[in-house]
Amino acid sequence: MDFSFSEEQTLLRNTIQSFIQDNYDFDKRTEIVKSEEGMKIKNWKLFSDLGLLGLPFSEDDGGLGFGPIELMIVVEEFGKGLVVEPYIQTIVTCGGFLKRASEKQRSKYIPKIISGEDIWAFAYAEPQGRYNLNDLTTKASKEGDNYILNGYKCVVSAAPWSKKLIVSARTSGDQRDEEGISLFILDKDSSGISLRDYPTVDGSRASEIILEDVKVSSENLIGEEGKASELIEQVVDESIAAVCAEAIGAMSVLNETTVEYCKTRKQFGQPIGKFQVLQHRMVDMFMQYEQSVSMTYMVNLKLHEEYSERRKAASGAKVQICKAAKFIGQSAIQLHGGMGMTDELNVGHYFKRLSMIENLFGNIDHHLKKYASTA
Amino acid sequence: MELGLSDEDLGFRDEVRDFIKKTFTNEMRKKLSLSKNGHVEKGLHVEWQNALYKKGWIAPNWPKEHGGAGFSATQKYVFETEMAREGAPRTVPFGLSMVAPVIMEFGTDEQKEKFLPDILSTKVWWCQGYSEPGSGSDLASLQCKAEDKGDYYLVNGTKIWTTMAQYADWIFCLVRTTKTEKPQQGISFILIDMSSKGIEVRPLITLEQTPDPHHEVNQVFFEDVRVPKENLIGEENKGWTYAKYLLEFERGNAYSPGLYRAVNNLREIAKDTPTGYGRNLIDDNDFINKLNECEIQIQAMEFVELRIFSALSAGERVGPESSILKCRGTEIQQLLQELSVEAISHWSIPFIEDTFANVNEPSIGPDYALTITPNYFNGRKTTIYAGSNEIQRNIISKAVLGL
Ligand SMILES: Cc1cc2nc3c(=O)[nH]c(=O)nc-3n(C[C@H](O)[C@H](O)[C@H](O)COP(=O)(O)OP(=O)(O)OC[C@H]3O[C@@H](n4cnc5c(N)ncnc54)[C@H](O)[C@@H]3O)c2cc1C
Repeated sequence: MDFSFSEEQTLLRNTIQSFIQDNYDFDKRTEIVKSEEGMKIKNWKLFSDLGLLGLPFSEDDGGLGFGPIELMIVVEEFGKGLVVEPYIQTIVTCGGFLKRASEKQRSKYIPKIISGEDIWAFAYAEPQGRYNLNDLTTKASKEGDNYILNGYKCVVSAAPWSKKLIVSARTSGDQRDEEGISLFILDKDSSGISLRDYPTVDGSRASEIILEDVKVSSENLIGEEGKASELIEQVVDESIAAVCAEAIGAMSVLNETTVEYCKTRKQFGQPIGKFQVLQHRMVDMFMQYEQSVSMTYMVNLKLHEEYSERRKAASGAKVQICKAAKFIGQSAIQLHGGMGMTDELNVGHYFKRLSMIENLFGNIDHHLKKYASTA
Repeated sequence: MELGLSDEDLGFRDEVRDFIKKTFTNEMRKKLSLSKNGHVEKGLHVEWQNALYKKGWIAPNWPKEHGGAGFSATQKYVFETEMAREGAPRTVPFGLSMVAPVIMEFGTDEQKEKFLPDILSTKVWWCQGYSEPGSGSDLASLQCKAEDKGDYYLVNGTKIWTTMAQYADWIFCLVRTTKTEKPQQGISFILIDMSSKGIEVRPLITLEQTPDPHHEVNQVFFEDVRVPKENLIGEENKGWTYAKYLLEFERGNAYSPGLYRAVNNLREIAKDTPTGYGRNLIDDNDFINKLNECEIQIQAMEFVELRIFSALSAGERVGPESSILKCRGTEIQQLLQELSVEAISHWSIPFIEDTFANVNEPSIGPDYALTITPNYFNGRKTTIYAGSNEIQRNIISKAVLGL
């Protein structure tokens, strides 16, 4: 057993830390979030130059062949800076699918991701489906060498920035069947796709996507027709592991900021950090954080395990992260008093991101149920 | 002990219901539902208060001689309950329930004549200038100073978190008139005309990002502002006593009717929200248990309210016990806001800066989802302001438990 990081991993962490320091202080982030584009292409190119966009891809595919621990390090540091550039969406989630795609697909798409040319988004959620990845009304029907897609995907994170979409659709079976789900690679500008883009409460961008008779060549089917459910679950588990890492990054900043504030803010002639009720609250924040770090390591170490071990790890970690995200986010605001309520202070922005992470890929109730139903 | 209302009180309740039906228009309901911070445009608040004024119901807590509604204790409770149940706008408290009682108790006859009628008719909008950047929970440490210059005070300093100061014609302030050993002793209570030279109001945008002019709080700056001596309330350096009196006057708010309303709204949302497993959220035990637990907590609070109310009508004094209401009321409200965000899942994510301006665009997701997340974010304020919940617990611990 060894929980220490290798020299190479530490170097990787330092790289991201200095990126955040130089390019992502709170003012710079605010500028990015408020810009027309909502993200900064220059940053994305820089990620490419730093090798970050090739991290999880195999060397054969032009990547670095790293595993979940390296991704965890990158995303955790991004979480500290509240980075909005869609690393998890493109690299962890869509990259997770592409890694396992056909050789032809890999060689066609992965290089343009690694070079920073293409951003990708995963369009899976539908209004009626809540967190059930299998509840799909989007349909794909085969016509000769093509599939014709019709349906509606909601709140597709990073879609406004994306060139390509990976879309889950039903090729057979009933609305909630596990069987009969397929994954397709779509050009975002294919005819029949319409998007409504908008900002999100946590400073990112998303789209509502309507698919009307969108024609996709069967070359763009990922894996076997109708057999995507298991793969989706696996890649979502990997994405959950990454989101947990982002969350602990954000939590660590909130905890540090809050402790620092309580040491300096004076009321009644003393730092408010002298009030025991606040001390205990901060200790609880700290304990929640430490448990979240542990669960994040746990899930990232177990991603390669067999199905039920991996599944339980992902749901377990998400439950802990959701709980801690809520407690730490709310407490940080409370302890900052009126200052915590302002848009000018970074605290509220971390709180908002953490609130949205609670909901991402399923909330506590959802994951408790999944945990219980995984043998 | 008994619960029911008398026939007479039931008749009054019908009258209130009738008034609300006629006066609380669909347009008002719509505007309120679009608010990200619980406030709407000034005109709408004024319109609503004017209607109450015409009916004679604008000031349930004022004595009849000053234009109060003359309600019995039960009527007051019925009135408040009915208003909250319908989600009608609350009257803006700064004039009617904060500065007015102080003027009535400690003001001169001229001050009463000058200020009270305009408060009653909402001709003049007030805001509250207590908090400062360095003085929140520890209000007595305030620094904004008023120097005696013969027939006027020269005011310099700043007030922060001033709710709806952007609409205000007047501000009531606690200012430092004397530097004393005990900070509470050198504070005075003065009234300042917001159109005086040297006042600047700057918006502070809160985390749900309600844009100017609908934003909630401001910072107010005073630079060499001349305030006529006649605007001092009571005696110089006695302001702290008056402020404490005001606090007592504020107590006894009923939270439960509004919270029941929120629970019912959430039930409706849960009926309309698919779980992804072929049912709706209303049939999901995990969710419904949480919602029901909220409802039970509200009931526990409702009966605390009723006990306090009953003590009040029996002429007993109610003091720090009402801190229970502040703590529990705001915490249950926050819990419900949290559950609402949880209920709407994906639809909690889209951001709309100006929900009032957005009315012509179809909303992303169901209409009711539009303001749920901003209200959850904004709702964090309730455990911070009006005496933070930590401070409230300190009060209960000291004044009730004797610790
Ligand atoms: C939306 C909003 C509207 C407001 N409107 C107005 C207004 O119209 N007019 C006005 O004058 N003010 C207004 N306020 C200010 C409000 O009253 C203050 O924010 C409040 O008194 C807390 O002060 P503070 O923000 O300086 O926080 P601080 O006093 O610095 O408190 C920071 C944290 O320390 C805790 N703390 C402080 N002292 C103790 C203690 N002794 N024991 C344990 N914990 C402690 C607090 O509970 C809090 O968690 C408003 C505030 C908000 C957020």
